Amino acid sequence: MHIILPKTKLKPGTQTLQELIFRLSQFWDRHGCIIQQPYDMEVGAGTSSPETFLRALGPDPYRVAYVQPSRRPDDGRYGENPNRLYKHLQMQVILKPPPVDIQDLYLKSLEMLGINLREHDLKFEEDNWENPTLGAWGLGWQVMLDGLEITQFTYFQQCGGIDLDPISVELTYGLERIAAFLQDVDSVYSLRWNDSTTYAQVRWQEEQQFSVYQFEMADVDMLWQQFNQFEKECKRLLQLWSDTKEDAARQRFPVLPAYEMVLKCSHLFNLLDTRGALSVTERASVIGRVRQMACGVAQAYLEQPKPAMAL
Amino acid sequence: MEEKFQEFLLELGVEEIPAWMIPSALADLRRNLEKGLTESKLAGGRALEMQMFSTPRRLVAYCPALLEKQPVAEELVQGPPKRIAFDADGKPTVAATQFAARMGVKVSKLQVVTSPKGEYVAVRVRHRGNSAIDVLKELIPSAVLGIYFPRTMQWEGKAGPRFIRPIRNLVALFGGHVVRCSIGSVKSGRFTFGHRQLGKPHLPVKNFSQYRETLHSNSVLLDSDARRARIREQIALLLSSEPGYRLKENPDLLETLVHLTEYPTPLLGSFDPAYLSLPEEVLITVMRGHQKYFAVEDASGKIAPRFIAVMNTDGDPSGIIRHGNERVLRARFNDARFFWESGAELRLEQRIDMLRAVTFQSQLGSYYDKAERMQALASGISYLLRMSNPAAMQGEEFEFRRACQLSKCDLTTDLVKEFTELQGVVGGLYARREGLSEEIAAAIYDHYKPESMEDELPRTKLGDLLSLADRIDTLVGYFGIGHAPSGSKDPFGLRRAANGIIRILAEKNWPLLLDGLVQAGCRAYTDAQAQGNAQSWDRQKVDQDLLPFLEDRLRFYLRDVRGFAYDEVNAVLAAGGSDSKGKNYEVVDILKRIEALARIRPTENFEPLAAAFKRMKNILQQASQAHGFSGGKVNENLLREIQEKELHDNFKDVSQRAANAKAADNYFAALEAIAALRPAVDRFFDKILVMDKNPDVRNNRLVLLQSLLNEFSTIADFSEIVPREKPSEPRA
Repeated sequence: MHIILPKTKLKPGTQTLQELIFRLSQFWDRHGCIIQQPYDMEVGAGTSSPETFLRALGPDPYRVAYVQPSRRPDDGRYGENPNRLYKHLQMQVILKPPPVDIQDLYLKSLEMLGINLREHDLKFEEDNWENPTLGAWGLGWQVMLDGLEITQFTYFQQCGGIDLDPISVELTYGLERIAAFLQDVDSVYSLRWNDSTTYAQVRWQEEQQFSVYQFEMADVDMLWQQFNQFEKECKRLLQLWSDTKEDAARQRFPVLPAYEMVLKCSHLFNLLDTRGALSVTERASVIGRVRQMACGVAQAYLEQPKPAMAL
Repeated sequence: MEEKFQEFLLELGVEEIPAWMIPSALADLRRNLEKGLTESKLAGGRALEMQMFSTPRRLVAYCPALLEKQPVAEELVQGPPKRIAFDADGKPTVAATQFAARMGVKVSKLQVVTSPKGEYVAVRVRHRGNSAIDVLKELIPSAVLGIYFPRTMQWEGKAGPRFIRPIRNLVALFGGHVVRCSIGSVKSGRFTFGHRQLGKPHLPVKNFSQYRETLHSNSVLLDSDARRARIREQIALLLSSEPGYRLKENPDLLETLVHLTEYPTPLLGSFDPAYLSLPEEVLITVMRGHQKYFAVEDASGKIAPRFIAVMNTDGDPSGIIRHGNERVLRARFNDARFFWESGAELRLEQRIDMLRAVTFQSQLGSYYDKAERMQALASGISYLLRMSNPAAMQGEEFEFRRACQLSKCDLTTDLVKEFTELQGVVGGLYARREGLSEEIAAAIYDHYKPESMEDELPRTKLGDLLSLADRIDTLVGYFGIGHAPSGSKDPFGLRRAANGIIRILAEKNWPLLLDGLVQAGCRAYTDAQAQGNAQSWDRQKVDQDLLPFLEDRLRFYLRDVRGFAYDEVNAVLAAGGSDSKGKNYEVVDILKRIEALARIRPTENFEPLAAAFKRMKNILQQASQAHGFSGGKVNENLLREIQEKELHDNFKDVSQRAANAKAADNYFAALEAIAALRPAVDRFFDKILVMDKNPDVRNNRLVLLQSLLNEFSTIADFSEIVPREKPSEPRA
């Protein structure tokens, strides 16, 4: 892998990856978002974070933005492909309910990045989103800037099998792509993370090693055992939940930890799939098992009485 | 009173509607508005004139002239019968007073009318008519929300409207006045909006011509024809600077781009000629599929290192947009090259086992299972072909099975995972690259063809056979788990699969019977079940539904694609097989027969003869009901009249000639011979009373007619023909 180290300064007006994150965070902070930190577990997308999956449920308004490192084991390329990553960064924004001028607001966030839209070609192209393991779907677009898909723009309609009311809008910025566009580089590994460091320096080793592990070395039996254990624990909790009737006990019941079991299982499913360990029928049935857990947790989350200080 | 007309303008502002849905959404909106306006009689005495326009962000309807007010209408409303409304003394009863009260008139205003059912009380009601504005404010929301979309969303809560994307603006003007109405939280008004980047967001509208101009000066080309024309003209202009290069036409892509832009401007980009080492199919798919770029070709039709992107803006003076698009394309070509080269590291054969992990259908198993069944089908089809020609498929059966085994292997390549539309093509390219026989490579390459009625057929015989095996397996499988298409829905593309089978059989002259193919497909599934696979597949469901489904597709093909008249299709499909054992599903034979039928039909004798055949059929049906007639052999000694002797002699002679013609595969000559029977048939019906008093004579005549009918209904059942002109009626 040939990696270009930064020798020259960035062109004026362009930003490092971390500046990009700062600016987007600042923009959405100004529009009333809680700036959350990445969820500290493996997720396939920012959508899986409870800040999206659970917060989208129920009637209460919510606005949040966060960077979410997202793991897609199947996209791992040993650091050898300039555009595909086992782990990439998403900037996830949730606005519930969506303001009527949401499209304009989104475009303003692009201008905040120094993109003069008058000089570019922008299109909203149909792209509907569906995640069968989470029982979730929405309608929306991929936003194309000069032929590059820079954002997924989705009006969530269902989550955990539950119709949302009100709905949320989800904006998912592909940070590496946008940074590569702004810095005009052909490989994510050549991106400037900050003024003195490249993306390759920070992340290449990780891409290589995780690709090796998940394609070649991950122990399938262990993955299965873990999957079964986390599933068992999740189901145990959901059973206990349905047996718990008293309000005070319900209020303190660990629904949120039960959701973490779902996330564990979802990631283990991805690893098993990448390892080629799932036959056709197994694959469909494992997706069904994860969905069942996700829908159960979503239902419990909605039913749970909230403590006075909680959002 | 003089009728006054005003113009009506409706503009629905929506966040970007998916390009492919726009034409049908616009047609729906037109239909809904037309229906409402016609019912409310607002067009006055004129024909309703309506123009429709669309961009990705707006659906627009314009009527140059609607009445200001609905015309006054009088209606006679009928009430209870007179005998109930008035008592014996002629005094109004409760029924009369209630009816009058309901209609808001005095009892004395009731009149008596005479209807075919008797005398009733009635009252004449005058509808003064609502103003157009009142009609429109009711009509607009229902016409808009009545547009059909495959999947809809809500954006203002469950109680709010559902549409394809959020509705954000509504202009509704009648004669310059706002028609007050609302859709969800959006209220109608007189302000529209320009192009997102090039126009102003808040633009007042007075009337249609000013609306059009305002949009135009705010960089919105309202007319999709204008956008199409602009794209075409500008592409021509761009390519005029590149002698020898021309656009690789793609009408579907052009339509998508027309509906993806409000102000389209093409740009010409380049890529490194080194990428031309990738297969052309891959290059084109990368450009067209995700990037929506047109490919450019040179004079010899080879792909040139250029592309055309269509921007939704007015230009790219600094070249920054071109630069961005070139960068994206480079990354995509790099990806494709990586996939293409890494894919070649495994031979197709080495991928067979990997197919176990690719689902075909959860109840029917993986593509590995499908490929296994297709191999069994290959043997079955080869056997069928040897039945009609013992020399057929001697050496080719092995190749056929091999092609089936390898046909789906490309589904495990990254290239096909990335570009699913290249399935088959990629397999074919790899097969060629690794040195498999050209026959197999071409068959794999083509086996998803034809994808539509217009699409090309596979180029080779093996390609035909592979495509047939694939489709038969899919149909037999899906029907066997109860997934036959219902109504207009066809989520698994089964109609398309069946249409492809019919086309290949008909247009490439395969002497295969549809029922034989279905049976071969079923055998492959029962074999699979014996090995523990596809357990929920049920043969009964296939037997019950699949052949009628294929027959329906065949009818569609003969009528809508080949243009044969419906009664000719009925006649040919109702005819017994050439083996006279019930239905004959040999598509090639059916096609030959219907062609002969359509050719003989305009000749002088044919339709009168067809009418006579229908008459014979009726007589025989009645006879079998009334007298229990059940057939037999003609007894020549019982033929007494000259006309029946003549018919019998003619019959013997004609059946010999028709049989000879059929044996020589000349259905037209056979039909010609049969048509020559007409004078004898006419004379027979003219002079002979079939239902003679003597039961033996009667029976003999019936037998003669039945023999005639049976003998001459194998090409087509003439009684199905509906005469175009009134034939001369033979007397009974």
